[in-house]
Amino acid sequence: MVLGVFSFNASRIANWNGFTLDWYLQVFGDSLLWEGTLNSLIIATATTAIATALGTLAAYSLWKTKAPVLTTSLYLSLVTPEVLTGVSLLLLFQLLFRLIHLRLGMHTVILAHVSFSLVYVVLVVLSRLRQFDRDLEDAALDLGGTPWQTFWHVTLPLLVPGILAAALLCFTVSFDDYVITSLVAGIDSQTLPMLIYAMARKGVSPEVNALSVLITVVLGALILAADRIEQRSSAKLKA
Amino acid sequence: MISLSRWFRAPAELVMLLLFYLPLAMVFGYSFLTRGAYGGASRPVTVEAYGRVFDLLYLRIVFRSISIATASTAICLVAAFPLAFYIARFARAKTLLINLVTLPFWTSFLIRTYAWMFLLRDTGLINVVLQRIGLISKPLPLLFNDGAVILGLVYGYLPFMVLPIYATLEKLDPALLDAAEDLGATPWVAAWKVAVPLAKPGIIAGSILVFIPCLGAYLTPDLMGGGKTVMLGNLVQNQFTAARDWPFGAAISLVFMGAVFVVMRLLRNYAEDSL
Repeated sequence: MVLGVFSFNASRIANWNGFTLDWYLQVFGDSLLWEGTLNSLIIATATTAIATALGTLAAYSLWKTKAPVLTTSLYLSLVTPEVLTGVSLLLLFQLLFRLIHLRLGMHTVILAHVSFSLVYVVLVVLSRLRQFDRDLEDAALDLGGTPWQTFWHVTLPLLVPGILAAALLCFTVSFDDYVITSLVAGIDSQTLPMLIYAMARKGVSPEVNALSVLITVVLGALILAADRIEQRSSAKLKA
Repeated sequence: MISLSRWFRAPAELVMLLLFYLPLAMVFGYSFLTRGAYGGASRPVTVEAYGRVFDLLYLRIVFRSISIATASTAICLVAAFPLAFYIARFARAKTLLINLVTLPFWTSFLIRTYAWMFLLRDTGLINVVLQRIGLISKPLPLLFNDGAVILGLVYGYLPFMVLPIYATLEKLDPALLDAAEDLGATPWVAAWKVAVPLAKPGIIAGSILVFIPCLGAYLTPDLMGGGKTVMLGNLVQNQFTAARDWPFGAAISLVFMGAVFVVMRLLRNYAEDSL
């Protein structure tokens, strides 16, 4: 609890040695940062789209039937250190480079991100499904629906808030990733975390402070929005 | 007739196969090769890389990684359990509190680590304040050492420990604790002797989720330790970038994964035995 509050304070305090908005202006004027942000946004959006779709389907499947191989795989990917994931994917991309001349770039980063964020989506959606009332599905099937119709018309609409939460988590995880991205990104696909890391390495600077406050505020707003959506839809479910 | 479930699983399974297992297999393959002229890898096939893993120089890194990870996990456990217990047992706004605990997780990890750097540096906030109010005369070396790394790791992975323990404790029947207190135990003793053993699956799950990533952490030792604290994660990363010795990096990774596997097996057996 304390830590939760602390994390916000840490980022906010980070900019009190000045009380000027100059650094914020510098952040906005930095074209390199903009490019990095754009890259991160593209990658995160693509990753979220793919991973949320695949992950939701997988979670539904895991909810209905047991699949020890997939479950173990997902758990392993959660537990594997990022360095190893990144390194292994780098080797894969090297092989692909030799075979089909695939260069490192945004597409490789997206593939890498999908790989490790899949498990997060599955976790969120699966936990949502566990709270779901099976009887609703059984009722639909009794009424003559096919499994696919049941899924599409009954389960999926009710699952939407959970899917949104999973998508948000996926987006955050992908946007913020440094280790894996740095290993598989090409020269011209710098992401925002990579830029921040480079700046942080050089030492503390007011520009980085301003940037961190901005990012924290934006992410905070996103989370609040997501929470509002979640609450509103939970209320609907209970009604 | 393939069931719907099988179809739904298939894309995810494909992704796992191609983007998780296949790369790992490649790491396996690379570990048996030799360092190439330009940093790649080439024949001859050898186990030379593995031999070097057990070199004394690198064993020190292994030892340091294990001790830092163990310390971090232990501290996480000590900090997380009371918190999870409190939220599960006493708190009213449970969901809100749990969300608060996991909230830092949603904001950028990099930025949070950076915020710690800002606080702990020699000219950082903590040192400046302490000096201003006269408690110390010289800045305390709070950053760029093992302690800072542990702090960073604990801070980063605390939610991973709190959530599994909370999940287990939440299902705990409060009547059990009440019964213990009725039989004469103080709340402290009741918690210690009743809640802790029953929360063991959560404790073990949380410990695994914290210990293993801590072992392989790269970012935290790099930033908080200032490059002076070399852990396994840094070592591997280094092999694949600056040192350009891919087979060696691959070998280290595999030995590491093997050890992780063994540890997880042991912990699982321990968890099952005690049930």
